[in-house]
Amino acid sequence: MQGSAGLMWIYRGYVVAFFLYLVAPLVAAGVFAFNDSMFPSLPWNGFTWDWFFSPNEPKLGLFHDDRLLQGLGNSLYIGVIVAALSVAVGTCNAFLFVRKDFRFKNALYVLMVVPLVIPGVILGISILVFASTLANLADQWFGLFLTWLRPGVPLVVLGQFSFLVTITSLVIAARLQKFDISLEEAALNLGASRVRTLATVTLPFLVPAMFSAFVVAFLVSFENFNTTLFLVGSDSPLTITMYDRMVKAGSTPVLNATSVVLMLGSGMLALISVLAQRPKKQA
Amino acid sequence: MSRDAGKLSLILLFTPFALWIGLLIILPQFGIGYVSIREKVGINQYEYGLKNYIDFITEPVYRNTLLRTAWMSILVTALALVIGFPIAWYIAKIARERSRAALFLMCLIPLWVSDLVRAYGWIVLLRETGVISMTLVKWGIINQPVEMLYNDMTVIIGLVYTVILFMIVPLVSTLQGMDDALLEAGYNLGGSRVTVFRRIIVPYAMPGIVAGCIITFMLTAGSYLTPILLGGKNSSWFTEQIYNQFITRYNWESGSAFGVSLLVFTSFVVWAGLRLTGQSLATTVAKE
Repeated sequence: MQGSAGLMWIYRGYVVAFFLYLVAPLVAAGVFAFNDSMFPSLPWNGFTWDWFFSPNEPKLGLFHDDRLLQGLGNSLYIGVIVAALSVAVGTCNAFLFVRKDFRFKNALYVLMVVPLVIPGVILGISILVFASTLANLADQWFGLFLTWLRPGVPLVVLGQFSFLVTITSLVIAARLQKFDISLEEAALNLGASRVRTLATVTLPFLVPAMFSAFVVAFLVSFENFNTTLFLVGSDSPLTITMYDRMVKAGSTPVLNATSVVLMLGSGMLALISVLAQRPKKQA
Repeated sequence: MSRDAGKLSLILLFTPFALWIGLLIILPQFGIGYVSIREKVGINQYEYGLKNYIDFITEPVYRNTLLRTAWMSILVTALALVIGFPIAWYIAKIARERSRAALFLMCLIPLWVSDLVRAYGWIVLLRETGVISMTLVKWGIINQPVEMLYNDMTVIIGLVYTVILFMIVPLVSTLQGMDDALLEAGYNLGGSRVTVFRRIIVPYAMPGIVAGCIITFMLTAGSYLTPILLGGKNSSWFTEQIYNQFITRYNWESGSAFGVSLLVFTSFVVWAGLRLTGQSLATTVAKE
C-alpha cells in the first residue's frame, strides 16, 4: 500500500507496541523468578537462583518442591498418553475422511470439527456427569466399583483426548490430502502388499505431520485447564497445582520459576515441531 | 483390492471415530441434558421437569451473569478483531518475506505458554505492588500504589491477550492468499482507501474474519482462568457459576442446566455468525 511515510511509521509503531503487549506479561513472569524476595513484585532485591534450587524453606526452590514436581510429573505422563492416543485416532480419522466414501460423510465431518467449538468447561462437566452416571449404574446393578470412572487421571486423559482428536485429525488429514496417490499405485504394481505399501510409502510421508500433531497435542494437554479442572482426582497436573497455590496459598516467586521452566520447555517443543514441519512447506 | 477388504478397512477406520464421537462427545452432552431436567427430592429419588431452568431464569444473579459474559465476550471479540486486523495485514502484506515468518512465529509464542502463566504474568504486572504501579510511583506520576487488578478493564485486557492469536492466525492465512493486483485494480478504478478496504479487502478476508471471531468468541465465553485470576472472586463470569454449582455446592442438576444454557448460547452465536456470513463450520474453523 502506498501510504505517506509518516503514516507508515505510526503503523510500525503500532506493530511494535502490539508485540510489546504480547511479551510483557511473559517477561514479567519470567524476570521475577530471579528476584531475591518472598513476593513476585518490586522492589528488586538482587539476583538469585534460590527459587529454582534452594533446598529449604521458606525459599523452597522448584526442584525441591515435591508437590510442584509431582504435578509436573503427572502433566508429563498424562500429556504423553493423551498425545499418543490422539495421534492414533487422528490418523484413523484422516484416512477415513480423506480416502473413504460413505454415507453422511459431510455431516460426520462437521461432527468431527464440533468439539473445537464446545467450551472446555462444558466438555469437562459432561464427561464428569456421564462417567459418574455409568459408575453409579455399575455400582447399583452389578455391585462393581469402577474407580477409573471417578475423577482422576483416566478421566483427565479422556477429557483432553475428547477435543484433541479434532486437532490431530485436521493436522494429519491436511498432510494426507497432499499425498500423491500414484506413489501407492506404483508400489502396488511393483508387487507390494497393501500393508507393506502403507508401512513403507504412505506412513513415512505422514510422519512429520503425525509428529507435529503429537507435539501440539502434548502442549495443549500440558496447558489445559478448563476441561481438566472438573476431572482431577488426587493426582492433579501442574496447571491445577499451580492454580491451587496461586489462589489459596498466595504466590511466591517459585511459581515464576515454574513459569520459566514451562516457557522454556514448551518453547523448545514448539520450535522442534516447527522445524519438523519445515520439509512439508517445500513439498 | 476386493470390495470386502474395502468394507473391512472402512469399518476398522470408522470404529475409533464412532467410539470417540459417540462416547466422549454426543452421549455426555445428552447426559448433562438429562441431569439438567431432573431435581433431587430424596435419596435416589428424582423428579423431572424444567425447574432448574426456571430457577436459572428467575434468579437475576445467574441471568445477569450470562448476559454479562455474553456482552463482554462480544466486546472482546470485537476488540480482538480491531486490534488484530492491522497486525495480520502487516504480517501478510507489508512485512518482507523473511521478517514475515519471524513475526508470525512471534505471534505464536504466547500460544505455547499456558493461560495460567499468561494470567500470572498480568498479575505480576498489574497488582498493587506490581511492576506498573510501582514504576509509576517511582517516576512520581502517581502518589501511592494503585490496584489495577480486579476490574472489568483488566479482565478485558487479559482476555483479548489470551484470544487474539486465534484471531490473527486465520486472518493472516486468508490475507496471504490475496492477490495484490486486486488492490491496485481498486485504486486504479478510483477507489479511495476506505472504499478499497470496504469493498475488496473485507469481503476477501471474510472467511478468516468469521473463523477468528467464532473461535475467539467461543474461547472467551468459555474461559475460566483469566476472568477469575484477573477479575477476582467476584468477576461474575458464567463458567465460574458452573464451577460453583458443580464443585462448591455439589449441585450437579443446576450446574448441568447452567452448562446446557452456556452451550446452547455459544452454539447459537456460532450458528448465527456462520449463517449471517454464509460460511460453514467445515470451511472456516477446520481450515487451519
